[in-house]
Order: sequence, then C-alpha cells, then structure tokens
Amino acid sequence: MTNCCNIIITGVGGQGTVLAGRIISLAAEAAGYDVKVSEVHGMSQRGGSVITQVRFGDSVAAPIIAFGKADIVLAFEKLEALRILPYLTKDGKIIVNNRALLPMPVITGVMKYPDDIEQQILSVYDDAEIFDALALAEEAGNAKSLNIVLLGRLSKLLDWPQNYWTDAIAKAVKPRFIELNLKAFALGRE
Amino acid sequence: MVKKLMTGNEAVARGFWEASGRVVSAYPGTPSTEITENAARYDELYAEWAPNEKVALEVAIGSSMGGARSLAAMKHVGLNVAADPLFTVAYTGVNGGLLIVSADDPGMHSSQNEQDNRNYARAAKIPALEPADSAEAKNFTKLGLALSEQYDTPVMLRLTTRISHSQSFVELEDREEIENKEYKKDITKYVMTPAGARPRHLQIEARMVALAEFAATSDINRAEYRSKEIGVVCSGAVYQYVREALPGASIYKLGMVYPLSYQSISKFSQQVNKLYVIEELDPFIENILKSWGIECVGKDIFSLCGEIFPETIASELADCPLPEITKTPSIPPRPPVMCAGCPHRAVFYMFNKLKLTVTGDIGCYTLAAAPPLSAIDSTVCMGASIGMAHGLEKALGRDSSHHTVAVLGESTFMHSGITSLINTVYNQSAVTTVILDNSITAMTGHQHNPASGRDAKGEIAPMLDLAALVKACGVKMVNVVDPFDLAKSEKVLKDSLAFDGPSVIIYRQPCVLLGKTAVNNACIVDPKECIGCKRCLKCGCPALGISEGRAIIDDKQCTGCGLCAGLCPKEAITAAESEGK
Repeated sequence: MTNCCNIIITGVGGQGTVLAGRIISLAAEAAGYDVKVSEVHGMSQRGGSVITQVRFGDSVAAPIIAFGKADIVLAFEKLEALRILPYLTKDGKIIVNNRALLPMPVITGVMKYPDDIEQQILSVYDDAEIFDALALAEEAGNAKSLNIVLLGRLSKLLDWPQNYWTDAIAKAVKPRFIELNLKAFALGRE
Repeated sequence: MVKKLMTGNEAVARGFWEASGRVVSAYPGTPSTEITENAARYDELYAEWAPNEKVALEVAIGSSMGGARSLAAMKHVGLNVAADPLFTVAYTGVNGGLLIVSADDPGMHSSQNEQDNRNYARAAKIPALEPADSAEAKNFTKLGLALSEQYDTPVMLRLTTRISHSQSFVELEDREEIENKEYKKDITKYVMTPAGARPRHLQIEARMVALAEFAATSDINRAEYRSKEIGVVCSGAVYQYVREALPGASIYKLGMVYPLSYQSISKFSQQVNKLYVIEELDPFIENILKSWGIECVGKDIFSLCGEIFPETIASELADCPLPEITKTPSIPPRPPVMCAGCPHRAVFYMFNKLKLTVTGDIGCYTLAAAPPLSAIDSTVCMGASIGMAHGLEKALGRDSSHHTVAVLGESTFMHSGITSLINTVYNQSAVTTVILDNSITAMTGHQHNPASGRDAKGEIAPMLDLAALVKACGVKMVNVVDPFDLAKSEKVLKDSLAFDGPSVIIYRQPCVLLGKTAVNNACIVDPKECIGCKRCLKCGCPALGISEGRAIIDDKQCTGCGLCAGLCPKEAITAAESEGK
C-alpha cells in the first residue's frame, strides 16, 4: 500500500480528464499492477475544476490520494495546476499545459488570473514540464486530443513499454479516433 | 477468472445481472445514475427511467411481488421521494429479491444536502449493506438479493460517491439463471390496511432480531486484528482510508451497517485498548454502540460534515500532522458554469434584467444562481419551484406574482412539478411557470425522459406533449418559445407575468451538448467597434473574456448562439449565420 504511485489529473470539466485516467489505468493494468481510480461526476463537470485520481501498485487500498501524497500531477490547465500543487509530494513531478482557461470570477472581472503561474510552479518544482500541449494537439489534428498529448509526456516518466500505452489508447477511444490519438501521443512523447 | 476495472455503479449492475436480476427502475441522480445506464446494456435486464424515485420504487415493488429479482436505484435525496413506499414495503416484504440502492453524497459533490441514508434503514427497519470497493459492490448486490428473499425484506445497498465513482478490480462471473418466484395472491401480505399491517409489524421486529444474528455470523462483518492499541469500527470507503492511514490498527469492518451485532462488536471492543468509530456524516454506528454501553470515540474528533480523508485519520490518530500548506496568493475559484451555447442562459439573463423573483429548482439551470446571472432566489428540492412561487404569492399578495417566476427543467417538471402546477390552477394563483425543455435530463449526463422520445435502452418511445399536458391541467395561457429568439422570449414572458392567472412558458431548445444545435461559426468581436462596456459579460458565458480592455471570444468554446451579440450596444459582435433556428 505504501508503494503506490499516485497520479492526479486535473483540469476543467470537458477537457477529457476522465478518459486520460482510463487510459493510465488500462496501461497500469497491462503492467500487472493493482489499480484504483477515483473521479467525480455531475455538477462539477460543467466547466468547473475537475480531478481524476489514479493509484497503482502491488496493492492499493484507498481510491483517493491523501493530501500531499501525489507523485505526479498532470494539469490540463495552468491555474488548475497551481490549485492542486499542495497535493504534490516534495520530490513529485508535474506536467502542465501552459494555456489558460478563464474561470467565471475572472471573466466577470471580480478576480484576476495570476500572471506568474509558471514562475510560481517552477519556484517549487524546478523540473516542472510546462509546455504548449494544445499546439501539439492541434498539430495532431484536433484540439480535443490535448489529453492524449499530455499522456504522451507522462509516459516518459513511467518505465512501461510503449505498447501498453498505445494498446490502452486503442481500447479506450472510438475506432475512428485511434489514429489521431496515437499521433497526439507520439507528439507528446517526443 | 476474468477481472475488470469497474466503478462501483458498474459493479452493482454486473452483480444484479449475475444474480439473475430482471427489473431495474430508477430516476437519474448523481452519484447513482450509471447503475441503470449499465443495467440497460444487459439484454437480459429490463431497465427503465421512471419519472421519479417513488414511481421507480413502486415499479420495483410490483415486479418483486410478481416474483422477479428487482432493483430501484436513486441518489440519497431520491429516497426522500420514495420514502412513502419504502416504509410500507418494509411491512409487506418481498417475493422476488428487492434491492434499494441509495447513493449518498458526503461532501456534496453534486447535491443539495448530505443526508445520511443509513438513518432510513433504521427508521424503516430494513437491513443495509455498505460495500468498500467495486468487488464488494458486486458481491453485496448478489448477497442483498439473497437476503431479501431469505428474510422477506427489502434490502438497502448504501453507496457513497467514492464507491459509486471509484474504479477497482472485479472478478466477472456468469449469470446464474434463477427462475422467477411464483406470484400468489396473498391479501394478508400485500394489502396494508391497519388489520393487515399490525401482524406484519410483529414479523418485522422479529426479522430485525434474526438479521442481527446474521450480522453476528456473516463474514461480511469481520474483525481484523493487528496491534491491540487502537481498534476502529468502520465501513465503506472509510475502511480503505483507515487501512492506509493506520496500517497497524485493528479493524472491525462492517459490511452490514444495519442491524449491528452487539456480541461481535462488544467482543472486538474488549480486545482493543481504545475503540474508535470512524464514519462519514452522522454518528450512526457510534450512537448504537454507545446505547449498548460500549465505550468509543467518534464524532468528538471526526466532523459531522463532509467527507473523511485518509490524511484526516492519520493526523488525528497516527500523529501525522497535515503537511503545511504553502501560502499561495488567492487563486480564483473555478465554479461550474452553464456551457457556452446553453439555451438556458438567455432565459436567466432576461430574469436578471427584469429583476424578477425566481423560485428555482434542481438541474443544470441551478447554476444560474451564481454570478454574474445571480438569477435564482431559491433552490430546495426537485419540483419545489412552483409550490414555492404559489406560497410566495399567498405571503406577499397577488401582485407579487406579476414579477415572480417558477423555473424548472422538463424532467424536473415531470418528476414532481406537475402536482404543484395543478395546485396553482386549483387554488387560483397567478404563478408564471417557466419550463426549460432541453429534450434531455442533462445535469446527470443526458438520460432520456418521458418527453425526450427515447427510453433507457435508447429505443423510440412515446413523447409526452408538455404543452397539451399543462393545458389539460387547466392553465389558460400556455406558450412554447425558442429561447434564442430574444425579442419573442421577452414579450411572451412579460405577457405571461401580466396575465391574471396561472401561465406556463415552455422555452424549447435542445441541450447544446446533444450536438443537435446547428453548428454555427463562432461569434467575432470587432475590436474597433467594442467600447469595453462589458455588457456582454453579464450573460455569464465561459467563451467570453476581456483582453486589453476589449471583449474577446474563445472560438474553441463559442457555439455561435449569438446571445452576446444581441446584448452588445455597439453591434461590435457579429453573430454567425444561423441555420438551425
């Protein structure tokens, strides 16, 4: 139980965090691990902050990750990366899509979207990977493959054969989107 | 054996299928919805969306009486609606096994309250099982059906969000073909007149004693002895958190949370130096233990509110202080919002503009209570909007109804709004009811309903004519309007408010996420024309923003509905060519 790898996927409702969680869990299953995944459906999916939690290891008890115990954070939006940061362990890894999606209090002018998010993250995690994943998704052919681009980058942190990932993608997405998503995965992994 | 990663909800559907289940009836509600969605995928199962939870449970009671293994699923607050049949089916008992799934929502991820439905099991005198992962969700579903038949009782399967929506491995087994029980007319068992119910009550009390004996011997309740320093009584997701946070502690793991076995828990308590009860929400188990004189600590340290987390348990009992939170400058929250292109938005913008008092209801549109629309004055429960508007008129006088609307979705109207509409006609108020008909039950993830034209399996079904229905209730002023037609929408609203009698407006436009709306190009802002007045932002669309003092539109999100363009005083926003209106 103590040897679990804990991954938090965070983003904005509608960005595809649930599918990303599913693909990681399928790949972890292929690697022979016990796996638990937790997600929240319903109201928060309507453009609110969402998180999916994936844990794998020899034996996993809790489906959720304790505060401060995430090993990896995969952030689909940079404000959400900042919000989830306290969940990451001191020597954790964080991968961030550097694009901003404005939350309603910012749109209405009540609050300001922080302009130094990247610096704030880098000041705590100097090896944070912050990059334009959306551009790569568009290069792959569809902005919606953002989640798969980020999984491509994540795959470099986990010592699994690449086919665990590609098989998981083929299993989790609709047949007509497999090629597009494999391209997005490859671009993210480059 | 094949194992599969499944959510708790998928596992319940699988268990029901494996145990030769036949009939599932439910009304959608987070976190319970996917039980029925998954059940509908099995050819051998009849699965339906009922108009509300009371109907769903009554259907399941009827099919159980008819001899089929039956299941009714609902979220915690749904059981309030179904409470009437619940308390009496506890008396009649069952024929085919009857499982009532209550999916509770500690932490209120998607609910209006966080009531603890274990209290219902106790109040209605039925047993309740609580699984701790998906494998148990499947096994307890099967066990629940067997117990139901063995003890002649409906059985509650109590889930929480973390069980319903967490995935873990489940071993798949084949469907066991069990014949339906024979239906036999039995007036003394199924007709609950006072004369019939009095002897049944005696049987129920005897049944609870027998079930407590089952609790003492069944291996779903088990003592796991480790260090004797600390012993913890727990169940459900909390059991997993305790294992993780207190790996050395002894645990009494409850699979059946009601009734409890005095002998078993008392024996466990004597084996440990200090006994804790860790449970989310109410001190349900703790109070029973204390009533038996078993010394234990629970709600003195753990909150009555919200979820319990592994780190909370570790910090309280394992001397692992919570990690210090580095002070971060204020991070803007990201509350959920109505989608870009949502047909509800224009209606609430109008309510806000006309400064109406709005009694609201339960659905996506409840999000209109948040700024900048801030266009809802009350939200209580499914269907409450119309009754509350009627009540407001009785308190504030008839004139108040000329600036008050009751607003609810079509699914919520059919769930429990219609009776209140009949009340406005019968008791002659001047309430204006606005039904937002987006052709689907949207908030829970797009389930069909009696007005959507499809059933739970996706087959074509008769489509309820809402306008004809409200006319038949006696409403004299009924209009059906496209909410994207801003001018007509506002005129009809003003006419309805002015009308001295009950009126209904059906604003009809499919949910934007259904993809039925004609795909328009995104709207475009002409930065030379935009004066930065921010009026467009008042509609609360997530695709809008401000950059360098001028409105901007995110073309990835914008569906080209054109609402913002209609609000711009300088015509700086160009609405895309519309084809679908």
